Amino acid sequence: MTRSELIERMSQRHPEMPIQDVELAVKGIIERMSRSLARGQRVEVRGFGSFSLAHREPRVGRNPRTGEPVVLGSKYVPRFKAGKALRDSVDDARKRGE
Amino acid sequence: MTALSKADLAEFLSDAIGLSKRESKDLVEAFFEEISAALVRSSDVRLSGFGNFTTRDKAPRPGRNPKTGEEIPITARRVVSFRAGQKLRHRVEAVIDGRDISPDWMTDDDHDDD
Repeated sequence: MTRSELIERMSQRHPEMPIQDVELAVKGIIERMSRSLARGQRVEVRGFGSFSLAHREPRVGRNPRTGEPVVLGSKYVPRFKAGKALRDSVDDARKRGE
Repeated sequence: MTALSKADLAEFLSDAIGLSKRESKDLVEAFFEEISAALVRSSDVRLSGFGNFTTRDKAPRPGRNPKTGEEIPITARRVVSFRAGQKLRHRVEAVIDGRDISPDWMTDDDHDDD
């Protein structure tokens, strides 16, 4: 499912709302969650899951083109942990053989 | 700092876009419900500008109770994984409080990452 398919499905759920509002809402939700993570704030959506940052130690990587070693500083990367309700319903689908 | 919640997301939508409280709340619900429904159908979710959610089937494997050392098998399961897109990864790469680049998100073009 792409972002535009998501917008379509949300809009079918809420035919009373102009699709432009749904589009802007999706953009806004993504922007607001990204902004939180960029400021080091977690995002917690009950049942769905949580987004947080994981720390990565500095390491020596390589320039893939030249093979030259490059020092990569410590940084944070976004991580997601699915909530119990999502975890269970995704695994239940497997158990039903879907 | 407390975590960002669905209520905060809805508040942002009504403040920034001018949707009503009801509409904002409904759209935040619909957003997460439709993503969850897609994952239950095993359909990957690709949100350009944010990241991709995928489901993976894991084979059973032997496990251990880390406290007692006792062997317990870990059953087969389907799990959700998420990989942040380029744009989000760059934005969080160097987290220093208050130094978010905050792009002009309403007019910014979303381009596909990865």
